[in-house]
Amino acid sequence: MHKLKLASVVVGLSVAGSALAATEVEWWHAMGGANGEKVNEIAKNFNDSQDAYEVKPVYKGNYTETMTSAIAAFRAKQQPAIVQVFEVGTASMMAAKGAIYPVHQLMRESGQPFDESTYLSAVTGYYTSSEGKMLSMPFNSSTPVLYYNKDLFKKAGITQAPKTWQEVESVSKKLQTAGVTCGFTTAWQSWVQLENLSARHNVPFATLDNGFGGLKTELAFNGPLQVAHVKKMGEWQKSGVFSYSGRTNDGAAKFYSQECAMFTESSAGYAGIKRNATFDFGVTELPYWEGKVKQPSNTIIGGASLWVLQGHTKEEYKGVASFLSYLSRASVQADWHQFSGYLPITHAAYDLTKGQGFYAANPGTETGVVQMTTGTPTANTKGLRLGNFVQIRGVIDEALESVWSGDVDAQAALDTAVERGNSLLRKFEKAND
Amino acid sequence: MTVTFPQKGLPWLLLLPQLVVTAIFFLWPAEQALEQAFYLEDAFGLSREFVGFENFIDLFTDPLYYQSILTTLFFSFSVAVVGMSVALLLAVMADRIIRGKLAYQTLLIWPYAVAPALAGVLWWILFDPSMGPIALWLKSAGVDWNHYLNGNQAMILVVIASTWKQISYNFLFFLAGLQAVPRSLIEAAAIDGASPFKRFWTIVFPLLSPTTFFLLVVNLVYAFFETFGVIDATTKGGPGQSTTTLVYKVFDDGFVGLDLGGSAAQSVVLMGIVGLMTVIQFRFIERKVQYS
Repeated sequence: MHKLKLASVVVGLSVAGSALAATEVEWWHAMGGANGEKVNEIAKNFNDSQDAYEVKPVYKGNYTETMTSAIAAFRAKQQPAIVQVFEVGTASMMAAKGAIYPVHQLMRESGQPFDESTYLSAVTGYYTSSEGKMLSMPFNSSTPVLYYNKDLFKKAGITQAPKTWQEVESVSKKLQTAGVTCGFTTAWQSWVQLENLSARHNVPFATLDNGFGGLKTELAFNGPLQVAHVKKMGEWQKSGVFSYSGRTNDGAAKFYSQECAMFTESSAGYAGIKRNATFDFGVTELPYWEGKVKQPSNTIIGGASLWVLQGHTKEEYKGVASFLSYLSRASVQADWHQFSGYLPITHAAYDLTKGQGFYAANPGTETGVVQMTTGTPTANTKGLRLGNFVQIRGVIDEALESVWSGDVDAQAALDTAVERGNSLLRKFEKAND
Repeated sequence: MTVTFPQKGLPWLLLLPQLVVTAIFFLWPAEQALEQAFYLEDAFGLSREFVGFENFIDLFTDPLYYQSILTTLFFSFSVAVVGMSVALLLAVMADRIIRGKLAYQTLLIWPYAVAPALAGVLWWILFDPSMGPIALWLKSAGVDWNHYLNGNQAMILVVIASTWKQISYNFLFFLAGLQAVPRSLIEAAAIDGASPFKRFWTIVFPLLSPTTFFLLVVNLVYAFFETFGVIDATTKGGPGQSTTTLVYKVFDDGFVGLDLGGSAAQSVVLMGIVGLMTVIQFRFIERKVQYS
């Protein structure tokens, strides 16, 4: 009798145990440091909110390393269910039709309520198909803005933040007269000074709607506007209005040390600047050329989105879908946006943040969102979809550096970059056709 | 001395572990790279197309590739020559120290334990144009240091960063070599009135030649193949392509750009270069080496 009781207890326990074993969903990401801890917190909160699924975040190194290891894992059939891929990897992911599970399809097939109109189109546009369907879930998106040193501005008697590049030049000269070494420096030169320059002036960066129209796209950033801008920046490099500080965001050092009074950098750089700046700083929209455009268009995003990979069970995909829904909740989004400085991806999260008085308490944090959402995105401002884009950015970096150093003139440098970039595009087209 | 084995099987059996390791870790990947070089493949491996020599043609019709070969040669020989000269100088001095010898030698060997990427970051901080102590010192001395823009300065930076840790390794071998030089020879020369400098050049240096030759081979191989971590952490191949060496290009195109075919073709070319280098070194340079 006792034995029977014991057996039933054991059986009962094992049934309970199997009910407790949640389906695991692996999520590979590239968020180190404080953002990485936040990612863990988000996953933990999701896991605590229900007990059917367990999301396991795994840090895989920087963006390139994360993408490369996910691809290697896919080739070895060991891929995670969710992987975070940076925006320049978008075309490579999209082209891999047998490897990805489009988010809109996943949501529909898993029966999750999903309304694409609740997302900010300026953010999701980068990740939608030509039919306007969301292929991946935006996670951390940012856009370039201009940070300026208010103390130095005051010292030079400047009262207003520059709106146009003409004003950047005149302000820089005033600053230099007041003893400041350099006017401005930039992070991510290709992204800020070419890709976003083109979007801001509603000029194509590449043909076929910046590559959204198909693999036959060709680069077009050697147009008059871009050449004029790069040429001007080459002159500024000589006169000290501009000072080059590397391909990534190392230029922050020049801004922190007050060597440069202005810094064009991602809106997500806000937290870092706030922590490191020993002076009062302001944030304003990315400048544009007066006379080249009536009303500047929205800028485009950088950052990364979450892609769902093929090869998992139906149950796991249900977990993925429910996690993506959770991520899109206004409260989760608003928290992530306010913590990290990345843009909110839904209207509700934006409204919630505004309602909480966050923007009023932290001046400058709204700049990126406002700049992103001005007007309706056009074919030139929706984003960029170029294969081998990582390498193309390398080519652009090399071209720009040759202009900054004064070795090559702007037109020739951009022409060469377009030509070299086009052969990379053709190679991608051939490999993915 | 020749050893004869009674059966034919035993020598093969004894060689087997080494052969297996070579086959799995060297021959198999090399064969894979060779095969990949003739294909055009998307990153995920979903489609694959045989393209013959196209990847190689792309490579050899690209003027930047030849530029990269020259950059690599300049970089590698600079690393080898600077690394070995400094190490030899330090070893000669360490050999003469009477007190605190062990501590001095240990300290010189330490940097070898630092990972290449970390060494890169270290030098990158020291030379950062706006906050690096060395860069600021250079600026106060009138040198406008900005390796983000100046290709020659970027080259100097990667050479220093790559050489630094290799000096320890070279130092260790030179020191051992120096200690093996018979004291009696040096004393005899000293009695004959040869100056310390002359003693070094006519006796010590020739006796060190096997060590020097060995280190030359090792250092060139190091500079050719193991420095992409340092370059990635310091200059990322820039400005322009002034510090893009062949192996950095393989890493950048293959792992960052996900162009597997192109990257594999470059690896095959590198394999050829190494083969050629080895032949040259052993056929021509080794003849001048005196083994005792």
